[in-house]
Amino acid sequence: MQIDTLELSEKLGLYGCIQCGKCAGGCPVSMKTTLDVRYLIYETLTGYLPDPTHMEELWDCTCCFTCVERCPKDVKPAELIIGLRSLLVENGTIPKAVTDALQGIFRQGNPLGFAREQRAAWADGLDIKAAQEGCDLLYFVGCTPAYDLRVQPIPRALAKTFQAAGLNFGTLGIEESCCGNEVRRVGEQGLFEMLVEEGKPLIESTGAKRMVTTSPHCMNTFKKEYGLSGVEVMHYTQLVAQLIADKKLEFSKKVEKKVTYHDPCFLGKQNHIFDEPRAILQSIPGVKFLEMDRSRERSLCCEGGGGRMWVEGTNMEERLAFQRVHEAADTGAEVLAVACPFCLLTLEDAVKVQKLDDRLRVMDIMELVNLAL
Amino acid sequence: MEAQPRIGVYICHCGTNIAATVDVEAVREFAAHLPGVVIARNYTYMCSEPGQGLIKQDCEELGLKRVVVASCSPRMHEPTFQKAAQAGGVNPYRVEMANIREQCSWVHKERGDATEKAKRLIASAVAKATWLEPLEKREVGVTPGAVIIGGGVAGLVAALDVADAGFPAYLVEQSDHLGGRVADLNRTFPELEPVAEWLPQLAERAQSHPNITVYLHSHVASVDGFVGNFEVKVSGHEDTFLKVGAIVVATGYNAFDPQRKPELGYGQYPQVMTTLEMERRLAEGDLTVNGKTPKDIAFIKCVGSRDVQLGNPYCSRVCCMVSAKQARLLKEQLPDSHVTVFYMDVRTFGKRGEEFYDETRQAGILYRRGNVSEIYRKGDRVALRVEDTFLRRTIEHEADLVVLAVGMEARQDAGDIAALLKLPRSADGFFLEAHPKLRPVDTAVDGVFLAGCCQGPKDIPDTISQAKAAASSSLIPLIHGTVPVESATAIVDAELCAGCGMCVDVCPFGAPAIDPLWGVSVVNAVLCKGCGTCAAICPSKAVRLQHFTPEQILAQVDALVW
Amino acid sequence: MESRKKPAALVIGAGIAGIQAALDIASAGFPVYLVEREPSVGGRMSQLDKTFPTLDCSACILTPKMVDVGQHPLINLMTYSEVTAVEGEAGAFHVTVKKKPRYVDEDKCRGCGDCATACRMTGRIVDTFNQGLGKRAAVYVSFPQAVPLIYTVDPTACLYLTRGVCGKTFKCKDACPSGAINFEQKEQLVELDVATIIVATGFDLMDPRKKPEFGYGMYPNVLTGLEFERLCSAAGPTGGKIIVNGKEPKQVVFIHCVGSRDSHTGVAYCSRICCMYTAKHAHLVRDKLPEAQVTAFYMDVRAFGKGYEEFYDRVKQERVLYRRGEPSEVYKRGDKLVVRAEDTFLRKTVEVETDVVVLATAVVPRSDAAEVAALLGLERSPDGFMKEAHPKMRPIESTRPGVFIAGCNQGPKDIPDTVAQAKAAASSAMVALTRSAASGK
Repeated sequence: MQIDTLELSEKLGLYGCIQCGKCAGGCPVSMKTTLDVRYLIYETLTGYLPDPTHMEELWDCTCCFTCVERCPKDVKPAELIIGLRSLLVENGTIPKAVTDALQGIFRQGNPLGFAREQRAAWADGLDIKAAQEGCDLLYFVGCTPAYDLRVQPIPRALAKTFQAAGLNFGTLGIEESCCGNEVRRVGEQGLFEMLVEEGKPLIESTGAKRMVTTSPHCMNTFKKEYGLSGVEVMHYTQLVAQLIADKKLEFSKKVEKKVTYHDPCFLGKQNHIFDEPRAILQSIPGVKFLEMDRSRERSLCCEGGGGRMWVEGTNMEERLAFQRVHEAADTGAEVLAVACPFCLLTLEDAVKVQKLDDRLRVMDIMELVNLAL
Repeated sequence: MEAQPRIGVYICHCGTNIAATVDVEAVREFAAHLPGVVIARNYTYMCSEPGQGLIKQDCEELGLKRVVVASCSPRMHEPTFQKAAQAGGVNPYRVEMANIREQCSWVHKERGDATEKAKRLIASAVAKATWLEPLEKREVGVTPGAVIIGGGVAGLVAALDVADAGFPAYLVEQSDHLGGRVADLNRTFPELEPVAEWLPQLAERAQSHPNITVYLHSHVASVDGFVGNFEVKVSGHEDTFLKVGAIVVATGYNAFDPQRKPELGYGQYPQVMTTLEMERRLAEGDLTVNGKTPKDIAFIKCVGSRDVQLGNPYCSRVCCMVSAKQARLLKEQLPDSHVTVFYMDVRTFGKRGEEFYDETRQAGILYRRGNVSEIYRKGDRVALRVEDTFLRRTIEHEADLVVLAVGMEARQDAGDIAALLKLPRSADGFFLEAHPKLRPVDTAVDGVFLAGCCQGPKDIPDTISQAKAAASSSLIPLIHGTVPVESATAIVDAELCAGCGMCVDVCPFGAPAIDPLWGVSVVNAVLCKGCGTCAAICPSKAVRLQHFTPEQILAQVDALVW
Repeated sequence: MESRKKPAALVIGAGIAGIQAALDIASAGFPVYLVEREPSVGGRMSQLDKTFPTLDCSACILTPKMVDVGQHPLINLMTYSEVTAVEGEAGAFHVTVKKKPRYVDEDKCRGCGDCATACRMTGRIVDTFNQGLGKRAAVYVSFPQAVPLIYTVDPTACLYLTRGVCGKTFKCKDACPSGAINFEQKEQLVELDVATIIVATGFDLMDPRKKPEFGYGMYPNVLTGLEFERLCSAAGPTGGKIIVNGKEPKQVVFIHCVGSRDSHTGVAYCSRICCMYTAKHAHLVRDKLPEAQVTAFYMDVRAFGKGYEEFYDRVKQERVLYRRGEPSEVYKRGDKLVVRAEDTFLRKTVEVETDVVVLATAVVPRSDAAEVAALLGLERSPDGFMKEAHPKMRPIESTRPGVFIAGCNQGPKDIPDTVAQAKAAASSAMVALTRSAASGK
């Protein structure tokens, strides 16, 4: 497969790169795979880029965007990886797991491939308004929270919380489709644009001035990549923290637990939302909050983003999630709180595999909030 | 307008710069027939001695009253031709230029078009010339003395030169001591000489100099006036009003706060400190961290510099040498330690700088290329996560001590000083010099000069050089005793003035003021720079800008559009 | 009442450093003797096309100062002159200046250039101002904006002066409308009394033949930075077009640190200006030849000054490829040149084919620095540049009291630092002059 490296260098502004290595130095997977994004940039610039068709390590990238956040010359190295992925997508040489996920999104609006008609099943009995009829706040549920049984308690908890706070909110029900955040990041630009084309008017037609998401991934793409006009996009931690501060939520029970918090990359690193999740946790009566060393901007990626929920990666023995759950347990915490469905699933799985289930439980912030309401 | 303007027109070939594109002979012929023109000549280089001689001679022999020179931009040679005309007895403000180079021959290729345009430009200049009035070149006296704001090395050196030349120098320093940032340093590169061997003498010389008055714990509260005649209010233990002819700004810099790069763990880990803190440790001889002697020491360069996303895209210039210096001093004092310097480029460009870098490596300090991405705890040490770009490998480099080479930033109160003195600042926040190449210490405000790091990061030798340069710029008006002031200033016709005050609002120099008794605007001819904003905005057409009167401008326009 | 003459300063060298120092001192009201060995003032800066990082045209910012220096009533400009002796001490130096004969009457010459056009040797004398890339006549001005704009006969090139005969008639004399050519002119010695001296004698560039592996002198397409600068200059031998050996290059490779930072050449120091002027050159290539590929090989990029890093960023964005690795050699392959280097990021040795190679050669003390230093009684640093009395306390003073140093003769530096240092020297000079005036010397 021939690549026009000159064109790619120009399009992505790679010439600004001074090869300082800050990107690869901060890349969470760079010590356990052969993926070296700095080197990829240089190969592209100098025309030495090999055929990426068999570069399996390209799919190791979690799109945590640490490299983008830290590049002193504002080069956005991850976009080269995404750019190369999109060339592979066009060429049809991508991992099967990615193809399957994309087909699921195309056909049923979700990467898991479940029927669209089942998308609102999580809300049974909750009597949630259809946003299409008009609302102030649009609650965008997301694919994994909607369909995954382990994750469904979170949207239920959120819906109940919004109801308790008297918010005029609604969801798109079965018309909701995948936000496309991971779609763009695996390089399927065409499908991503289609999702935006359909999703944007749907969202704007609700008349909602505010939109809240379960997943930081959805929030990220709606906020930065959809070009929504007149809609303020938030992650639920921002909204819930505000509700608590405004005393619209009252905690009646105690949760006597030692809790630590893992900053999701798409919430923390990429959107600089660090304080609100902590504010929520610290306001729950009975919670003793413990901070891990690698927190906030240095939070260790769980390897859930960038298509990694679908693609295993070249080195699944040294999983970062394993390291992370040990870090959490080492603080003495009993609960590892998360604010992202992907973090929830990967870290919970890691706890099981690492046999830490007797010491550590992974819970979403909303699950803790729910216990205290 | 006089009946006989008696204009001489001189068309320059500028070698081939003009003559290759413009038919200078045809233009001369055309100019010779313009109304009011007595003589038209063309010549290869009008600015040359013989060219100027032509002007002078014609002025004398032909009794010319106005001169038009069609040549390069007035920014090049307007003063040259003004002098030539003056030598021939013509008032320098009755010289008008037509730019037929930068605005004609250099931008048009077609000879026919360029020649036509040159003709029109000259016709326009001649039309204006017929309306030009003589103006007097004016000078004002200069109050001997200079205020130097800032008592660091830059301020001290500038004050000393001014004082040594025999003028009073008032040194205003905010803190309780002289010497600024350098006073906090231990040893300086490349000689590794202790600062104590020369700085106290410098400060002492200033303190005891008969011509220098030092105000500690003081700051400049207000500045009024203009070049040669500043009135500076210094507030300290008491208020003092100083009258001086020049002001030198030597207010220094702030160090970058590495908490703005949280991924480097400053403030979180006791092992991580800045080069400034390390400097104190070296001076005090305390190199322990958490009570232990460090075994592995790492330096990280470019912290807060060369960082576009942070808003500091510039290089802080000194950090490469500072890191090398401290690395060497540490290795000297802790010979069993391993010292590594992580870098993107090594900028040891100064005199003896590269040799110093060579010696540093020879002393066993390892330079590794890679920009450290984050620091986290590893046991009771810290780990630096960095890609070694030569090894092409990301590593966790463990260390007991990490020194961050923080960059320089403009002081937070730079904005206040800028407002006080109406000084512009560059994009990087430091004060802006009048011209980046040829006027590194002058500013857009006449009589106010810059010295030291307030203008941009620099080391001690460059600071001293610049401070002396600022002294030179200050001494020129002080020694000369007078400064020229703009002649082409605005004048208000009191009969027409409605006293609305719009001119007062728009003037960038504070020149017009409403007379409290008469209720009309009066322009301070010394503050006025002749920008014309007031004349443009006056709703009553009461303000006229000399040398750019409505009659002159309209005549130009009419001639241009024929 | 005895009229007291104001004490004067002597500035040796009229490049930008000497010009700035002279202007400052004269503006303060003191007389200055400005001695320049070349026929015109302007120095190295007059050889430059554009200056970094603003891309100002060098001549445009320099010539107004050159004109000022030529016209200032207090500046006695002595061009084509050299200092031959300095006696005395601070406050009372007695200087002998040799005014070399131009063989052109300064009062009569109008700078028209007819003599040069008519000269028998026109187009045959190697033009050193253009770094040997152009040719001129035996009678010349260095560049059209020369100050003073007076022609000079080159005594090493003129047929009459070298061989005693120039045909039946002097073509130059015949052509001159003012009768300015005068072969009877003799060298003149002038005695000056000055209170203070500033030495601003500038620098030279290393002969790249000292690094024979780069092929300079062997391959006509290997140029030095200054030669390349002359090509870019609108007043240069190609009118500002980048044409090498008759062709516009499709590729240009720049090599940094040729001779500098090099234990083999004896130049251990950094030449300070090359990283920036190479970036500027790279920009000019992209500007004038949009289709050309530009590569710059380097060890470190030293863009340390105000606006410099931003300029470097900009130049890279203009698609100039910076590759880390100091090339080891240049050789020929067909009608191309090949630059062999290890790209240290790729960890691979590469051969880059190119049409033109530009070498950033080391800035070195002038070839006669030793003689000049001896003449003036000054010490030099180990690197050969003029030595300062104390690097921190007295960085502008030479080792001889009353004599100050400014500009690149003290060490390589760019224009802003040169101007600052020149003004610094002027400040020291003004202190000396005011004291001299006060003490009635």
